[in-house]
Amino acid sequence: MTKFLRRTYMGLILFFLYVPVLLLVVFSFNASKSRGVWGGFTLQWYVDLFKDRAILAALRNTLVIGLLAAAISTLVGAVGAIGLYQLRRGWRQGLMGLVNLPMLNSEIVTGVSLMLLYTAMNLELGFLTLVLSHVAFCIPYVVLSVLPKLRQLDPHLPEAAQDLGATPTQAFFKVILPDIMPGIFSGFLLALTMSIDDFVISFFTTGMGVQNLSITVYTMAKRGISPKINALSTIIFVVVLGLLAAVNLPDLRRKNAKASRPPV
Amino acid sequence: MRAKAMLLPFLLWLALFILVPLGLVVYYGVTVEEPIPYEEIMRADGSVHYRLADGTLRESEPYETRTRFSLANVSRFFDPMYVKLMGRSFYVAFCTTLICLLLGYPVALILTGKGFRHRNLLLLLIILPMWMNFLLRTYAWLSLLENSGLVNHLLEAMGFAKQQFLYHENAVVLGMVYNFLPFMVLPLYTVMEKIDHSQLEAAADLGANPFQRFLRILLPFSLPGVLEGITMVFVPAVTTFVISQLMGGGKVPLIGDIIQQQFGKANDWHFGATMSLLVMVVVLAFMYALNRADTENAGKGEVRIW
Amino acid sequence: MKKVLLTLLALYLALCPLALAAAEEQVTLNVYNWGDYIDPDTLAVFEERTGIRINYELYETNEDMYTKLKKSKTSYDVIFPSDYMVERMIHEEMLLPLDYTAMPYTQNIDPRFLNASYDPTHAYSVPYTWGTMGILYNTTMVDEAPADWDALWDARYDKSILMLNSPRDTIGIALKRLGHSLNSINPTELEEAKQSLIAQSALVLAYVVDEGKDKMVSGEAALALVWSGDAQYCIERNPELAYVVPPEGSNLFFDAICVPTSSKHPAEAMRFIDFLCEADIAAQNYEYVGYAIPNSAAVELMGDAYAASAVSNPPDETLSRCEVFTNLGDDTRIYDRIWTEIITSIY
Repeated sequence: MTKFLRRTYMGLILFFLYVPVLLLVVFSFNASKSRGVWGGFTLQWYVDLFKDRAILAALRNTLVIGLLAAAISTLVGAVGAIGLYQLRRGWRQGLMGLVNLPMLNSEIVTGVSLMLLYTAMNLELGFLTLVLSHVAFCIPYVVLSVLPKLRQLDPHLPEAAQDLGATPTQAFFKVILPDIMPGIFSGFLLALTMSIDDFVISFFTTGMGVQNLSITVYTMAKRGISPKINALSTIIFVVVLGLLAAVNLPDLRRKNAKASRPPV
Repeated sequence: MRAKAMLLPFLLWLALFILVPLGLVVYYGVTVEEPIPYEEIMRADGSVHYRLADGTLRESEPYETRTRFSLANVSRFFDPMYVKLMGRSFYVAFCTTLICLLLGYPVALILTGKGFRHRNLLLLLIILPMWMNFLLRTYAWLSLLENSGLVNHLLEAMGFAKQQFLYHENAVVLGMVYNFLPFMVLPLYTVMEKIDHSQLEAAADLGANPFQRFLRILLPFSLPGVLEGITMVFVPAVTTFVISQLMGGGKVPLIGDIIQQQFGKANDWHFGATMSLLVMVVVLAFMYALNRADTENAGKGEVRIW
Repeated sequence: MKKVLLTLLALYLALCPLALAAAEEQVTLNVYNWGDYIDPDTLAVFEERTGIRINYELYETNEDMYTKLKKSKTSYDVIFPSDYMVERMIHEEMLLPLDYTAMPYTQNIDPRFLNASYDPTHAYSVPYTWGTMGILYNTTMVDEAPADWDALWDARYDKSILMLNSPRDTIGIALKRLGHSLNSINPTELEEAKQSLIAQSALVLAYVVDEGKDKMVSGEAALALVWSGDAQYCIERNPELAYVVPPEGSNLFFDAICVPTSSKHPAEAMRFIDFLCEADIAAQNYEYVGYAIPNSAAVELMGDAYAASAVSNPPDETLSRCEVFTNLGDDTRIYDRIWTEIITSIY
């Protein structure tokens, strides 16, 4: 009975999460442009999608900005985290409070404050300001991913390395870096994800026609979303789902085999 | 590798992208922009020209503005209209957070439950929608729920009357719950995954009923996750402006909508900055209180568990 | 999980050279325009003909555009402000004087449109479209065609009315309904308009701008306050819709093409303006945009197709009762304040 209840509950939650997604997928094959009417099956929107310069440019901007922002913020954030780790406790805590600030702050305040910064610097809103903003809000995520790994690090290891004749630089590259690499890596990916997903901060800090996917969707949604956008989200959905499935299915099968073994 | 050298770019970032912008918000918040003072002078032939403070004469009415220190915008915010607006934004965010917690807690509980199969797959399925643009998914809800939408088509086909689901506070809450639910589930899951099930079993063996087990073991243990989930849902929910526009049809303005308006249509950056500043103060105070509760309770929780 | 993310990363790295290859050196015109206000095909024609790239960005209201140009550092080359905004921007020295000798096709513009009060000599603006504000209604959802502005306050259409989420337009119409000027800054008249809009808000389904078109086409609401071009656009997509300009009069507007002072390529910008004045291009844009055009050569080219549109050709008598918005300068703040009071009063 409880098992049944659990399954029903999970089913309902998944239904709630996926109804709109499935709707987007279905509409991407709808020949009628109107959402209320089913006009037959078509692949036209997929063809149109690859001819739409605005959507493709937005996709490109999203990818380029995401990668640039993630790379720069990982560099600054990881190096900064190592620096922070070597500081005295009081200083470290004070600085950490500041690092946490943008994460506790609403996106709208971050967006607005960055816009004021660029205006004060007389910087033209566009690609550059967008990248700078994304770097700015991604750095805390990197710092917070790397710091825990540094704390797990045995503080005697680099000392031991140096005692054994390694220069501080060698100690860093041979001892510290390999140990915190997973943290740096997950920080990079977190930054990438945050950048791709961002709308509010981009909204305030872009201009001159430079749009990422969220902003394009925002302007389009206001004027009745084009089925081309449905086609694009279907593609994104299928690609992500496919990747996840390909990588996780073997794992899952192994685990399930274990789980379904009778309890000892 | 000197610590100071390594910290340099990081400190530079901290100063330029956190401290200076916040300083600017404060600066804009406590200043106002007003037309420069000038005098209208009537000539003998009846035509008008203008004299500026420095004595220059102008043919057309001066349009320049000057910035002046003033707390006028702060007191303007305490107009009942804006206080009510702020109250409503917090109310809507509170409802959203509560519903997310009520829906998300059992999900995390079931996922981390003993012997639940497909745990990873289900967790992935819950995160997956986050990879699609949130605006798109919100827009899909519009297609479902609008007066001429799919649900109403179905209702009519089954012989029921049409319902108006959208353009109401409830619709805004629905949109937010939908978008923020994964942010609640994830931290809950992360914390509950570490729960030692043998403790629960031991408690059951010692005669604790399910309710007691929940109150005494599960809840204290999962509290950090609960608090992090609340933070991750509440902060964006207070200041969202897109979901309220789409789902509320412009009828449920939240503080975020009004702030955005000041930086766009209304062209009043100073008031917009004042509002951002006040929202920031309130949200940070809320977070601080929450964290205090966390540290106090965490201690108690540990005492109970061990 | 890590493997997934690695795969995604590889995908990214593969896509990047593709992205960078697309960014080549070229003159790029930054065009800042209203939504659905140009046929994208004509942009492609212009790019092909001149080798100038067009970078296109949208705004929702005159005020949004004004704030962006005024406050942020930008370098848009071509903008499409309405009458009162042209006046304001000329006054604040935000527009470049145009060189008509470089724009021979501007001779296609009907001289009747070249003595507007907002820019008497048209030194700064070339008329692009004109139109009215009126009521778009769904003939299957109303009992009778709306006779006057009161239709938007009619309790029979409870939760079936769309209003514009644009302070000057919505407050202006409320003023007009009460017999006042839509440029009023008289506090008593504005208070009266505010109260009437607060009373009306219970009947309103939603306050919208661009998203209203889609809602009217799909039959979401019975009545909507719209601009004529949007009405034309909707009627083409749903023949059950009709448009009327109430006899009390309404707003008559002119949208113009201008070059802001911050433009980096004014010569190319004027070349683009000239291109938009070509008869066949103007006609093609009319088909797409739906607003009446001041281009006599294009009107001639379209013949009956244009003359038959009731939306583009309102009767002279109605037009004579319409007013053009004037620049209210700092008093615009009063409208913003009233607007916030109205929308926050709803719950």
